[in-house]
Amino acid sequence: MTRYITRRIAYSLLSLFLLSLTIFLFVRVTGDPTTLLVEPGASQADIDAMRERFGLDRPIWVQYASFVQSIVYGDFGQSFYYRTPVLELYLSRLPNSLLLALAAMAFSLLIGVPSGILAAVRVGRFWDRAGKVFSLLGLSLPSFWVGLVLILFFSVYLEWLPSSGSGSVWHLLMPAFALGWYFAAAHMRLTRSSMLEVLGSDYIKLARLKGLPESLVIAKHAFKNALIPVLTLAGINLVIMINVAVVVETVFAWPGIGRLLYEGITFRDFPVVQAVVLLGGAMIVIVNLLIDILYAVIDPRIRLEA
Amino acid sequence: MAMRSEAVPLSSRADLVRGLEGFPLLPMAILVGIGVVAMFAGVLAPHDPEVGSLALRFRPPAWQAGGSIDHLLGTDHLGRDVLSRLIFGARVSMVVGFTAVMVAGAIGTALGIVSGYLGGWVDQVIMRVTDTWLALPALTFAIFLTAIVGPSEMNIVIILGAVYWTRYARVIRGEVLSLKQREFVRLAIVAGCSKVTIMRRHILPNVLNSAIVLGTLMLGVVIVTEASLSFLGVGVPPPKPAWGLMLADGKKGLMVGYWWLTVLPGSCIMLMVLSANLLGDWLRVKLDPQLRQL
Repeated sequence: MTRYITRRIAYSLLSLFLLSLTIFLFVRVTGDPTTLLVEPGASQADIDAMRERFGLDRPIWVQYASFVQSIVYGDFGQSFYYRTPVLELYLSRLPNSLLLALAAMAFSLLIGVPSGILAAVRVGRFWDRAGKVFSLLGLSLPSFWVGLVLILFFSVYLEWLPSSGSGSVWHLLMPAFALGWYFAAAHMRLTRSSMLEVLGSDYIKLARLKGLPESLVIAKHAFKNALIPVLTLAGINLVIMINVAVVVETVFAWPGIGRLLYEGITFRDFPVVQAVVLLGGAMIVIVNLLIDILYAVIDPRIRLEA
Repeated sequence: MAMRSEAVPLSSRADLVRGLEGFPLLPMAILVGIGVVAMFAGVLAPHDPEVGSLALRFRPPAWQAGGSIDHLLGTDHLGRDVLSRLIFGARVSMVVGFTAVMVAGAIGTALGIVSGYLGGWVDQVIMRVTDTWLALPALTFAIFLTAIVGPSEMNIVIILGAVYWTRYARVIRGEVLSLKQREFVRLAIVAGCSKVTIMRRHILPNVLNSAIVLGTLMLGVVIVTEASLSFLGVGVPPPKPAWGLMLADGKKGLMVGYWWLTVLPGSCIMLMVLSANLLGDWLRVKLDPQLRQL
């Protein structure tokens, strides 16, 4: 097991290395990085100072080394717009993103899991087909459009909910729905297929042969095991939600990381954009690693395989 | 000869019927319809999509009070005709969507074949890069790239290709690994075919089905991403009529209830993506049993 975990950690480190290399190369190779890293409208003296600071006259691998060094020390540069370190900005927005992601996750599980179970138990019948339509709609409607239509109905016509901002539960409802919508469909699909697989297994047949009532078979024996892959996916999706909420946060002016990214683009604040991409990728690599380790701890089959 | 004229038409018709079982007729019709509209946008659009008259700002659709038959679906904040912009927007979505899917498909399929067939360190390098790029959230990655190269229609296509090729590479590599064990490939090796020839003549044709299915499924994703980028102001640059851009403009009139500026372009995106997904779903089951699990 230690061997397995060490190998997984090594792979993740390799991924993080490639991630930083990718970002670094894209910035350096596709043009003069000073145009990105120096504020728009900066003087020649400022540009020269930046060249000096990043050592753009040195060989590229030296530049990369200093790039990685500053990241490791948590230095993602200064925001042009806010005049504060980017990491500080990022961390100040993270709780909001997490809150939104958690609410969206709760919503997507509340819709996705029960409807997935229903579809699996009634496979091929009305609820299954209705679920299929629902999941296709979920995967096809762009989240920002769902958000805009929600605003139109609940803020403009009905005047029930605030259209933007944050601060109360009411502010959270619409963005959480808009963000969770797509994931509800994904969770439904996985719950359905996972449930179908479990329902076809031998121990479920045995439980039925024992004469257990069907409701008990489903609720106690099948549901619990079918839930494992769904919860795994939910864990990864929570991190993904934090990182893909940019459009939803823009629509609802929700002050999270996505909104920060949007401000980064509109104010041409490149250090912010770079940090959001880097940290987003790193977050996903690390969560994948944690889930793999957790699986190895829980499931002995994975350990032995390695 | 007599036998041919008797038997073949019958059985081929039966084949055709069986082959088209459950064919998503409506989605296909919608996609073809959007394609035709995109192609003949210049003839169909009643007005210039990029020029409006400020005197005619925020006109509602014709059936609402204050609307006129001249602007069937109303006008936007610059007095531009919404219908004409929707029609020309179809062209942007179609062109960007299809070319981006093809760029991503070409890169991903090529790298997937090379990775799977050659194996060894080539495989390791390509797959590690694929894994890393897959870990980057697609939209964020695309935004980062546009921040570097700047937004333009051409750049968006290249960026979407660069972001989404990894999806192909993974799946295609898996298929190549199993194809490699098949008899015809082994025979080709024994017959002395070069690696390049085998990859091109024997492997490529056999993974094309999967690539097409993936491409159809990708089309919806790519269109939504393009719309999101345009919505955020880093996609297709204004005043070009892209649906995502129209939604961003429509937000300005949303709070005062100018619904047509939001609902109409969004419905167009939804129709196109939904159709592409339905078609992709059907193709997946028909063409490629291996991808059913996807």
